[in-house]
Amino acid sequence: MKGKSLETERNLVWLWWIVPALAVYLVFMAWPLFNSLRLSFYTGTGFKLDNFIGFDNYVRLFAGGEESTRFLGAFKNTLFFFCVHMLVQNVLGLAFALLLARKTIRGKPFFRTVIFIPATLAIVVTGFLWKLILNPQWGPLNIILGEVGLGDWALPWLGESHLALFVISLVSSWQWVGIPTMIFLAAIQGINDDYFEAAEIDGARPSQVLWRIKLPLLRPIIGVVAILTFTGNFNAFDVVFAMAGPNGPPAYSTDILGTYFYRTGIAGQHPVGIPDMGLGAAVSTITFLVLLAGVVIMQALSREPRGDRR
Amino acid sequence: MKQIRPRFRAADLPGYVLLGFWTFVVLVPLWVMVVNSFKPSLDIFRDPFGLPPTVSVEGYQSLVTGSSFLTYFLNSLMITTVSIVGVLLLASTAAYGLVSWNSRASRYLLLVFLAGMMIPIRIASINLLSLVKDLGLMDSLWGLFPIYAAMGLPMGVFVLTEFIRSVPKEILNAARIDGAGSVRIYIQVIVPLIRPALATVAIFNLVNLWNDLWFPLILIRSDDQRTLMLGVTRLFGQYQTDWNKVLAVLTSASVPIILLYLFLSKQFIKGLTAGAVKE
Repeated sequence: MKGKSLETERNLVWLWWIVPALAVYLVFMAWPLFNSLRLSFYTGTGFKLDNFIGFDNYVRLFAGGEESTRFLGAFKNTLFFFCVHMLVQNVLGLAFALLLARKTIRGKPFFRTVIFIPATLAIVVTGFLWKLILNPQWGPLNIILGEVGLGDWALPWLGESHLALFVISLVSSWQWVGIPTMIFLAAIQGINDDYFEAAEIDGARPSQVLWRIKLPLLRPIIGVVAILTFTGNFNAFDVVFAMAGPNGPPAYSTDILGTYFYRTGIAGQHPVGIPDMGLGAAVSTITFLVLLAGVVIMQALSREPRGDRR
Repeated sequence: MKQIRPRFRAADLPGYVLLGFWTFVVLVPLWVMVVNSFKPSLDIFRDPFGLPPTVSVEGYQSLVTGSSFLTYFLNSLMITTVSIVGVLLLASTAAYGLVSWNSRASRYLLLVFLAGMMIPIRIASINLLSLVKDLGLMDSLWGLFPIYAAMGLPMGVFVLTEFIRSVPKEILNAARIDGAGSVRIYIQVIVPLIRPALATVAIFNLVNLWNDLWFPLILIRSDDQRTLMLGVTRLFGQYQTDWNKVLAVLTSASVPIILLYLFLSKQFIKGLTAGAVKE
């Protein structure tokens, strides 16, 4: 052995350290993913998808008719679900992070801990808990509203088709707001203090510091958060499943890609009750492509124009 | 650095109002969940916010004696523990190999692992179902194990390669010169040094796996194989109108993790945001 290559060797022996993990990863993640994409061109009964039908599954999803109404509806709802998270969860998260980064605010460890608690709950638990709280008859929320004289505001929160998905999105934002908060906070604390000192010397107002210094410098991390929100929400299922069930009530207004995929590909739909796994595979393929496209676009948008940050 | 206790500033008032309001919005639902699980249902409807007039553990009692809750709980405990150990072992050995093996191939392999962080494994569900069935693990708790191990790998490999890369070369060289082989270096040098990173990976997986509903939902039917979250959905449907029991279910399903979080909040926050935040 030569002294130079002591720590890192161009030696195939190292491959053996990687093989076990690689095998598990390829067999249970990469290969099933690839296969799920392939199976979207097939149909069959049960687990046996052996009948090649080309793009027929996709045609059913896009070319009008009952199936396509459901699919496109679920797609639109998923987009809405994502937008609420961007506007509520991430804006709130940014606000919390800016506050927690202020040197003058007291009780930061407490607020930080509180803001993050819901992120440690199971999504199902969050969903069920809020379902009880929002219950129109005995739910604590409507009781509070009644007691502070806003009884008229008490609504059947999950029973109105124009409201239900919005309410569910808010519950989900309640749960996850701690994640963007902590990511933004770490990024703000990473900004060089010189910028702020220079701004102070130049007599910049706090709003100028925010819009001209902090936000532009946070642009790449805003991109990271947007991507995380995007992949998380296009893949959402649990919270809607817990609060509204898998059938998207009322009137499919809470049906998102996750629940639609579950119904068609896994559980089987009313009235047949037999899963159509080929169709399900087509839904996952589209989800995959949308995720891929979204991630690429957002990465391009959030790239720093030029210059470095630190 | 000297910490000066900041003085209250009027300019911060709106900030305190927002943070205070949010504290209320976070804590009231949790308070409602925990407090009412100790009240008989009638008292819940009468006053959902107050402390219980008399503490009743009826809900918890019926959980333990009248349902399979304990089975669900133990199932989750077992599959989560086994999967975390699996992920730590696989990811740390792979990370050690990827860092030590200086070649183009190892850099490509790292990218292959990292790609998994962007792609949710649920997309592969259709084929995973038949794969698990072919392995004869359908409707079995053990069917979850390989999936959970694969699920934890991308993030685990990412965090651990970063960390192992930061281990000073001198330490490794010294061990080499003393005649230690790569296995001994892994066990006696690498593993002790990367403990904090292993904790991050463990916590990330603990929260994700303990709280996972999707894979138990699509793979498991039998009552004795159910995980906690799958059990919770079942009990929720069963007890729906019996708030006292439902809240006992929700409380006992979430309090273990919340308590752990309160003790280890720094590590939790690090674990759940790892991948997005660089050290």
